[in-house]
Formats: sequence, structure tokens, C-alpha cells
Amino acid sequence: MFALPFVRNALLAGSLIAVASGLLGYFIVLRAQVFAGDALSHVAFTGALAAAAVGVDLRVGLFAATLAVALLFAALGDRARADDVTIGVVFAWILGLGVLFLDLFNASSSGGSGIIGARTLFGSIFGLSTAQATLAAAIAVGLIAVTLAIARPLLFASLDPGVAIARGVPARLLGSVFLVLVAADAAEATQAVGALLLLGLLAAPAGAAHRLTASPYVGMALSAGLALASVWIGIALSYRIAPLPPSSAIVLVAGGFYLFAFAARPLRRSGVLRWMR
Amino acid sequence: MNPSFSANPLTDLHQLLAYPFMVNALQAGTIVAVIAALVGWFVVLRRESFVCHTLSVMSFPGASGAALVGLPLASGYFVFAVGGALAIAFGSRVRARRSLAQESAVVGTVGAVALALGYLFLSLYGGILESLETLLFGSFVGITRGQVQTLLIVAIVAAAVLAAVGRPLFYASVDERAARADGVPVRALSVVFLILLALAVAAIAQIVGVLLTFALLVAPAATAQLLTTRLRLSLALAVALAVAETWAALTVSYFTNVAMGFAVTTIALAIYACARGARKLRG
Repeated sequence: MFALPFVRNALLAGSLIAVASGLLGYFIVLRAQVFAGDALSHVAFTGALAAAAVGVDLRVGLFAATLAVALLFAALGDRARADDVTIGVVFAWILGLGVLFLDLFNASSSGGSGIIGARTLFGSIFGLSTAQATLAAAIAVGLIAVTLAIARPLLFASLDPGVAIARGVPARLLGSVFLVLVAADAAEATQAVGALLLLGLLAAPAGAAHRLTASPYVGMALSAGLALASVWIGIALSYRIAPLPPSSAIVLVAGGFYLFAFAARPLRRSGVLRWMR
Repeated sequence: MNPSFSANPLTDLHQLLAYPFMVNALQAGTIVAVIAALVGWFVVLRRESFVCHTLSVMSFPGASGAALVGLPLASGYFVFAVGGALAIAFGSRVRARRSLAQESAVVGTVGAVALALGYLFLSLYGGILESLETLLFGSFVGITRGQVQTLLIVAIVAAAVLAAVGRPLFYASVDERAARADGVPVRALSVVFLILLALAVAAIAQIVGVLLTFALLVAPAATAQLLTTRLRLSLALAVALAVAETWAALTVSYFTNVAMGFAVTTIALAIYACARGARKLRG
């Protein structure tokens, strides 16, 4: 399995994207911003289709669209947190725009749109070339580095924004930077698991980590670790079982971890999982 | 006949109603708009747009799962939507208290897992990408009489349930603690509302598509709540806006061939933005 270049590419890009998503996801859940993450991942879809309609590299469209919308959310929201309704309305329109581009693309080229559409929506981790995988991995490393660098102040600003601002932490700026990081991660992960399933990597490992531990640094590590494990197990499963698409496998494994975290509390209480604190 | 827009509204109306599929689409659209506005009004009040989006996503595994086992698509929509509502209702409480962080994680995970299942079903089924697009973004061209009748039944049930629980639900949505202290069954109400939302969304998604259901549920209600604080007035306004937006979108997309999804979301966003602007100006 490891001898095949497409599997190696998938593992390289997938692992680093998973760690970046796990880390960012920990903060997304902490700040209850999963909806914004979801919206950004769907924006990636519109961006990719726009790029396809115009005829430029899909990745240009992905990054341009997600970053633009992240800045928009940051500008609209109070303390760089756009509220539920604003996200909803803007996000619905952006999906509508995606439909328009899909139509334009259909008109400009015969066929193929279904494939681009499905690829963007559901990802194609086995379809990455070596160059694509290397670039995706490099960007993911950058995201991980920036996230770790701002982790401490961001944690403070997320847990208690009032006190953080009083202590001189630039909470608003941090919130905007954070949204931009999530946007870049969304554009990245769209290539691996697809715009629709990205949330599986962002929300599920982080949700499980939040349930299993209250300590922030352990939680971050756990979240990144669970995301990484989901990608590895998912890729291995879909390699073994032919009709199982890799992105579905990854998200289902991540969902399984979350379900386990739900079961963990009662199990621990009954003494089955005494090793866990 | 190629429909062309003219200055004479009577000719336009005549052209609009020339085909039975358009009559069906207008009827279905109107029913959908009314349910969406009524249920959506509470969604906006309770700040549950994310839940609403996730529940509409449920129709994707619903439809592909039903296609896989060979059941009518509508049954899959309803089964998955209600299942998702129950998962969210029971997953998002930490020791019986509402935790925003866990709620958002649960809702997101339920959505992603549902989509992953949907994609898996689709690939098991043999993957027809054309129908994937219709499924996700809807199509008003192929609506049948039967679908219109099903929608009407769902609409009547939804309106009846809302009429019955509307008052306590409003109380519980606005001030959960006071309502609980007064003996209102807050928890039960929120579960009932989630199930109602699931049913409404499943009905709407068949017409507008999985990803855009949301435009009709949230935007008109949010606009109405921005414009007035009077209860009955804002409910009525939400319904009127939703119906007008749907008609306008259907007309635009009939005459210009622009996708219905794009038309409805653009009109809804424009009106919402105007309402926000008007509110800013008024102070």
C-alpha cells in the first residue's frame, strides 16, 4: 500500500492537513464557531467553481474565496464573531452563487462539471499529484506554526474576552487572524476531504477532545492526534474496501471517535475506563 | 414557445401560467415559503440557523439512502431529518445543561457524518452525478401534483403544531430560565421544535435543494425581526416576504434561465441587507 505514489501523496498531505484541522478545530469548538467554519468550507466550493468557470487553477479560487469571506465575517461581527443569522444569510447567498457558476461552467464546456462539482464537494485525496501534495503539506505546516504561535493569547481571548481585553490582549485582531487561519485551512482541506466533509475533521476530533479533557494543551494535542488517526485509518479503510470513498471513511472514523467520547463518561464512571482522568 | 419578459404584466402572468409545471412550481413554492417563514421565525429567535442548516443537509443521505434501498426518496428525507434532529437534541447537552461549544461541535459532526454517509450511499448506488446536483441545489421543473399534496399536508401539520406550542415555545425561546421557573417544559419543547424543524426542512429541501433550503428559512424571518418588534406583525411580515421572494425568484428564473437557487438567495440577501441598512439609518 505504501509503495504506491498516490497513497504516499495522500498520506503526506492528509496527515498535515489533519493536524492543522485538529488544532484549529479545538479553538473553533472552544469559541462555538463551528458554523463559521462550516460556512467557510462551503465558500470553498463556490470559489473552486468560480475558478473553474473562469478557467484558472482551482486552488486560486479556493483560497481567494475563503479568505475574502473570512475577512467579511470578521468585519461584520462584533469582536470578529459574526452572529448566527448574518452567517446564515451570507452563506446561503454564496451557495446560490456557486449554483450560478456551476451553470456558467456547464454552458462554457460540455460535460466535466459534474466531476469538478463532486471533487470539490467531496474531495479526492487519492487524486493529488506529488507537487499538489507537497504544496498542501507546506501550507499546512505554516498553518500549524502560526496557530501554535498565537495559541496562548487566543486561548485567553476565547475563554474570557473581557479580561483578555482589559489585560491588553488584542482580542479582535486575534479573532480576525483566527478566522483567516480557518479559511486557509478550509481551502486546504477541501482538496483532501472536500468542502462538504471538512467539518468532520474540524468539529469531530475537537468535540471529542473537549469532552475527554478540560486541560487546553492536552486537549489541543488530543484533537490533533484524533484528526490524524481519523485520516490514517480512513485512508487505510478505503484502500482495503473498494466502494468506500476515502473522504467518507475519514469522516466516519472521526465521527466514531466523537461517539466514543460520549460513551467514555458513563464508562469511566462505571470503572471500565479507570485509566482516564 | 420561448418565454420573453414584456412590460405588460398580464402577458407575463399568462406566459408564467402557460405550462402545468409552472403552476405546480408556483403552488409548491408558495406552500414552502409559508412553512419556511413560520418555522424559520422561531429558528431566528432561538439562534438555531446552524441546526437548521445541518438538518437540511440530512436530506442528502436521506435521498441517496432511499435510492440505494429502492424506497421513495421522500421517505428517506423524513427518516434522516428526524434522526438528525434527535441526535442533536440528545447530543448537545452536557449534564442536562445547554453548552454552546458542545452544541456547535455536535451539530457540525452530525452534519459531516450525514454527508459522508450520503456520499458513501451514492458511491454504492453507482454515483449519478447529474442527480447529485439536482439533489443539492433543487429543481422546480419536475414538481408533481402528488408532491404538492404531500407538501400541503406537511404544511398543515406544521402550522397546527406551531399554533399549539407557539406560546410556550416563544416564552422558552426568549427567556429559558424564567420559562423553566414557571413550569414550562423547556426541554420537551426544544425537542418538539427540532422535530418540527426537521419535518419542515425535509419538505422544503425537496423543492429548493439541500443546500439552499436555508435561504427561505432564515432570511425572511431575520428581515422581519429586524424591521419590527411586534410579534404578530413580524410573523405576518416574514410570511409575506418569503412568499414574495419565492414568486419573484420563480419569475426571474423562468424568464431568464438563471438557476432558481441563485435567484432566491440573491433576492433574499438583497432584502435583508436593505433592512439592515434601514435599521442603521433609523438609529
